[in-house]
Amino acid sequence: MRIDLLHCSARLLALLASGCWAHAAIAHEQRAEAAGLLTGLLHPLSGADHVLAMVAVGLWGAQLGRPAIWVLPVAFPLVMAMGGMLGFLGAPIAGIEVGIAASAVVLGAAVAFELRPPLVIAALVVGGFAIFHGHAHGTELPPGQSALLYSLGFVIATGCLHALGIGIGTVHRRSWGRRVLRAAGVAVCAAGAFFMWRAFA
Amino acid sequence: MKHRSAAWLHARVPGLVAALGLALACGPAHAHFTTTGMGPVYDGLMHFLTSPEDLVPALAFAMLAGLRGAPFGRRAMFTLPVAWLLGSLAGLTAAAVNAGLLVAALWFVLLGGLVVTDARLSLRSITVLGALLGLVHGYLNGTGMGLSAATIVAALGLAAAVFVLVVLVAALVVSLRAHWARIAVRVGGSWIAASGLLMIGWSVRGV
Repeated sequence: MRIDLLHCSARLLALLASGCWAHAAIAHEQRAEAAGLLTGLLHPLSGADHVLAMVAVGLWGAQLGRPAIWVLPVAFPLVMAMGGMLGFLGAPIAGIEVGIAASAVVLGAAVAFELRPPLVIAALVVGGFAIFHGHAHGTELPPGQSALLYSLGFVIATGCLHALGIGIGTVHRRSWGRRVLRAAGVAVCAAGAFFMWRAFA
Repeated sequence: MKHRSAAWLHARVPGLVAALGLALACGPAHAHFTTTGMGPVYDGLMHFLTSPEDLVPALAFAMLAGLRGAPFGRRAMFTLPVAWLLGSLAGLTAAAVNAGLLVAALWFVLLGGLVVTDARLSLRSITVLGALLGLVHGYLNGTGMGLSAATIVAALGLAAAVFVLVVLVAALVVSLRAHWARIAVRVGGSWIAASGLLMIGWSVRGV
């Protein structure tokens, strides 16, 4: 009887020890923080129309050279955020999807035809389209997620798409690269036309 | 019978010792994970490093000082952490303030905007800006913590983290000579300002 008790208590002790072998539970871990950043980072990549327009901004900036190569990617997120603010304030903008599709068409055409307007005009074109992108995408925060980190992630991802466009656009320095870049502009423009057709359908 | 029990116990001693060892070696459960478990200095340090509403304005300020040059970086290196510490200490006795996103958002826009435009601020302006930033954010960090030895040490840890961040970032930016690298810093400023604008929007909406 005594042996059984001892046997039993050893097992209970082992069970208790295993139970005490607790790792950090972190019951109130701020999951929404990380999720907000991740959602913000992934959101601009979720729409092909947004991705193409962002990359086209970078391509066009690379074609235009200094100072447009950095003025356009700087202007875009700032104006895009203002578009987002218009969305927050409930200011309606007609034809958002058409505007986004038009941005791909116009920016693609600008790359395809190597358009070289004055810097102010180029910045105005890019900024004008940025309002549509900000209004459509900047205000889509999933419930329960950190608005701060979502905003940071959204802007950083958009900026990285510009950087990708600028990186690809560096082939512009070579003669074959110029042709490739113009072909890329045609592709963006065609994709924009498809999005336009879908927006009207 | 007595001999058999002793033998049985003897055979199980290693198992019991192992079980006891497991029980003694257990980790903390941390069901309400609010501290690092490494003391108040690290609590303060980690609070700063894991709070983007504090981290990003300090980062932008360091970038701004770095863009202006070494004397500005040196001034920022001491102004911001000292002001942050003073603000934290002043806030320790105050009740918790829920400033929401708006205060941080305004700093994002202001400092990000100054970085984008590569604003040619005077040394005095940088000092005033750093002092204001440190006092405001330090005060907001300090509120609700309660006055105790641990929270004072946590405030010191927080100020130490601010110091390290400003030193590293300002020194890095000062060392940049290539035109494109300085432009990259300014692009970073535009991202901060744009995030701030979006955050103002969220605040307006009441998120």
